[in-house]
Parts: sequence; C-alpha cells; structure tokens
Amino acid sequence: MDEKLEQAVTAMEERFAARRDIFRDQVSLMIAPDRVIEAARTLRDEFGFNMLSDETAVDYWPQEEPRFHVIYVLRRMQPPYLLLMLRAPLNGNAPRIATMEKVFPNANWLEREIWDMFGIYFDGHSDMRRILMPYDWEGHPLRKDYPLGYEEVQFTFNFDEIDKRKSRPKE
Amino acid sequence: MTEIREVSVSELQHLVSERAAMGETMLLNMGPQHPSTHGVLRLLLELDGEIVVNCIPDIGFLHTGVEKNMEAKTYQKAEVMTDRLDYLNPLGNNLLYCLAVEKLAELDVPPRAQAIRVILAELTRINSHLVWLGTSGLDLAAMSLFLYCMREREKILDIFEMISGARMMTTYIRPGGLWRDVPAEFESAVRDFIKIMPDKIDEYEALLSNNELFIDRTKGIGVISTEDCIRYGITGPILRATGMAYDMRKVAPYSGYEQYDFDVPTYQGGDIYARYKVRVEEMRQSLRIIEQALDRLPYGPVRSNNRKFVPPPRSELGVSMESLIHHFKLWTEGFSVPKGGVYVAVESPRGELATYIESDGGPKPWRVRWHGPSFVNLQIMPLLTKGHFVADVVGIIGSIDIVLGDCDR
Repeated sequence: MDEKLEQAVTAMEERFAARRDIFRDQVSLMIAPDRVIEAARTLRDEFGFNMLSDETAVDYWPQEEPRFHVIYVLRRMQPPYLLLMLRAPLNGNAPRIATMEKVFPNANWLEREIWDMFGIYFDGHSDMRRILMPYDWEGHPLRKDYPLGYEEVQFTFNFDEIDKRKSRPKE
Repeated sequence: MTEIREVSVSELQHLVSERAAMGETMLLNMGPQHPSTHGVLRLLLELDGEIVVNCIPDIGFLHTGVEKNMEAKTYQKAEVMTDRLDYLNPLGNNLLYCLAVEKLAELDVPPRAQAIRVILAELTRINSHLVWLGTSGLDLAAMSLFLYCMREREKILDIFEMISGARMMTTYIRPGGLWRDVPAEFESAVRDFIKIMPDKIDEYEALLSNNELFIDRTKGIGVISTEDCIRYGITGPILRATGMAYDMRKVAPYSGYEQYDFDVPTYQGGDIYARYKVRVEEMRQSLRIIEQALDRLPYGPVRSNNRKFVPPPRSELGVSMESLIHHFKLWTEGFSVPKGGVYVAVESPRGELATYIESDGGPKPWRVRWHGPSFVNLQIMPLLTKGHFVADVVGIIGSIDIVLGDCDR
C-alpha cells in the first residue's frame, strides 16, 4: 500500500474507529454512519482527498442488519493519486444519514439518486427530491425487495384495473 | 383514472430566487423536446429578460433501469446492456465492464487483445468527439461542419461493423479478451483512417478556430475554475480545459496505456472555446496512440485460456469433452466470481467513467453501479449558465458534451 494512503488509513482507524478491508488492492474503510461526515472532512483537509468521485449504496436484503451500505469513493487529485472508499452501514427499512453536501457539493445529485433508488434519507440535504424516477413514483427501484418485471404494463385503458391490484407501502 | 398531480412553483421555491415568486423573473422550460438539449434533458430556466438568473436541470427522461436489469442477468449477459448506456462510447463501456469483471475474477488478458482494446477505445473516443464537434457546432450555427464530421464518423462505424457485425452496439470486448480476432482487413482500414484524419482535423479547425462568429459565442462563456471542477467532481475535457492535466490513462493506466507515448492536452480559460480546443487536440493524440498500437500489434491469442471464465473456441467443442462441459456450464449457469466489490475507472470521452461491481459469489452481479460522467458534469449547469444569455445556454450544454443515456442509465 502507498505510504500516504497507509497514513490516512491508520489515522482513520485511530480517530474514527474505522475498520479496514482490502480487496484486490483497493482499500475500503467501514465507519459508523454518524462519524462518516467528519471522517470525510478530515480526509479532505488533512490528507488531500479533495474529490468525491462517487457516492452510492448497496442493499443487502434479506440480510436484516445492516441492510444498507452507503459507499463514498474519495480521490486525491494531486500526486500521489489515490483512491479510498468509505462505507457506512445503515439498519432498518427507512434509514437516515447526514448529508455529505457540506463537505463535497457534488453529493447533492448523488444523494438524490440514492434517495430515489434506495430510499435512504439524507438529513440536512438542501433539495431532497427524486431525480431519475417521476416525482410521483412509489417505491425505490434498486431495493432488492422491489420486483423486476413480470408485471402487466399500466396503460390508460387499464389504469384503474391495475391500480386496484397494486400493493401499497405500509408506512 | 387517477389524477395527474402537477408540480407547483411552491415546490421548487427553494431552488429559484425570491424574485420568481414576486413575478419579477420568468420561469421558462427548455426541453425535454428541445433540439439542442442533445437528448431528453429539461432545463427550468429562471430569466430576467434575456439573462439567466438560475438554471435547474431536470433529468431522468431516459431512465431505463439498466442497473436493476444487470442484477438479474449473468455476467456475460449483463455486458450487453453496457453498450446502451453511453451510446457514443459503446466500446469504452464494454472495456470498463470487462476490466471490472477481470479485476473481480483475476483474469489475465493476452497482449494482442489489450492492444486491440486500446485501438478500439481510441477510435471510439474520436467517434464521440466527432459527434460532439458536429452537434455542438450545429448549435452555434456551423452547419456544414456537422456533415463533415458525420462523413468521417461513418468510416469509424464501418470499422466497428467489420469487427463485430454491429455499427454501434458492439459488445465486442468480452471478459478475458475479445469476442474473436479482428479480420485481416482491419489493419489496413484503420491505417487508411489515421492517414486521412489529421488533414480532416485541420480542416475542422480552419472552419472554427479563427472564425469570428464562433469565437464571439465561445470565448469567456461558461467559465469554470479548476477548484470548482474538483469541488464538483468534474473530470475529463472540462477539467483539462481549466489547465489541469488529469487523465485516467496517465494517472492509473489500464489495458497497457503506459506503453504508449501521448500527451494530455490542456488549455487555459475553462470556457467553451478551451473545451473545444482540448477535444480537438485529443483527437490528434488518439490518432498517435492508434498508430503506435498498430505498429506494435503483437500476434497471439485474443482471449484468456482460463476456461472457467472464457468459453472455449468453437473448433474444440467437437473433439474435447472438457470443452463441451465448460461451454455448457458457461452458457447455462454462467461463471461465478469471488465475493467482494471493486471500483474501476477509465477515461471516457466525457471524463471519468467508473463502475462499482459487487459480487456475492454467485453467477449474477449483486450490485452494478454505473457512474456516468454526464451525470456529474450536468450538475454544474447552474454554475456555468448564471448571468449569460439564453442563447448561450445552448452553447454551454453542447460544450459539456452530455449523453443522456449515460446520465439517466
């Protein structure tokens, strides 16, 4: 592992109780969800990880705890160019986590997409609307309990008929 | 029928200025069927006369649920969907997907396949830049340029058709190598293309670079700084047009890019003109890479010999029982890769194209995240358009080179 990356990872382990996981030479750090914003800010200011390359989520349903992981991919945009992933585990079917928008402004759209696709709510986000799906869509498509296909297509002529059969979320 | 709910201005109040509620500024929809939004992009413009006060991009009209679909397909079948994402960069998407699967499975790729991949990725880059140059020139009223660009692009599409049978949706690069070796006439076709292309690029530049009308519409418009680019995660020609030489092919070389000698073109200014200059120069650099790769093209196999992941050649099926078993297993069950997730990035014509593939150890990917550069780059639209004329919005959309298939996935 690169010396600079080693320093950053060790600091994260000491200060934020992160747990490192190395797979195919890529380092990802498991961090408690309430500390991930502070960890990202430290990485940006002290270790030069100044770009949020990507933010996404994974659903591990039917595994109950933790059901979701939010993944942050940070990049160091000056030599040595480095990549580091942070993972924040989240429990429950309606999880919430603080927004990364104040540290990296481009998290705005990335978090809107996660909200749209996984239903993870970002506290403190400036514009928490759906981004890809229509604004009146029900459900979050990339969740593993969301069905894929094999449903009758809803057109104008059979709209009411299918609407009656649709399952409604309990919340 | 259920009533269709309409979005009211009050729901968007936090995005527009207070003057909009007073009726001092006007809200105007541009798109999604506007010819110069390069696809189905809707922009909600807040206008003060002809000046843009705010610009709110609305995307998702081309959302096709590719990520969800890929989760339900085996690794080989899921690759077919990658062509359809960024339809101007199909081979680049194939390449990224294959690199990620190869990294997960620790597959080797023979040198000949790697060199051909580089040639094809660079041809795709030129193809994409030609479409960009043509269409964004057309937006700024350079009509004839569009036809010239399409004429040269046709030659690239012919090469794609020659190798894979399809002009756009190729799926030619496969995990572990290529679908098959290139035909004998491939080399001469590519050599013909790189022979005529430098003159053509000079021709395009002669039409635009010193054109008074073009300069008026591009210089000093849609300016962004390097710091803002990094803050907003912008990569590719937009970042390089601000003077920062950041290119994934140099920073984290893949597929043997470290063997080739090429420059990363940059330009100062960060405006539309700078982006135009960078992309035109990139086409020249791509030609350099293709020429070197062709000169050194090694002979040998084009697929890995690892039969657990790569299907055996057709000729072996009749004579080898093991090959038949491998063939059967690969095309019914598919292959399984070890549990874990990898984040792989390549330099697409639009910037850093990345994917995060997570495997649960089974034959289907558990999660495929496709990180399209268009999605990220579109986010800076409000930043770029503020204070410019409505007419310049068209030029700015063209200059950030979006492909909505890549953006909405």
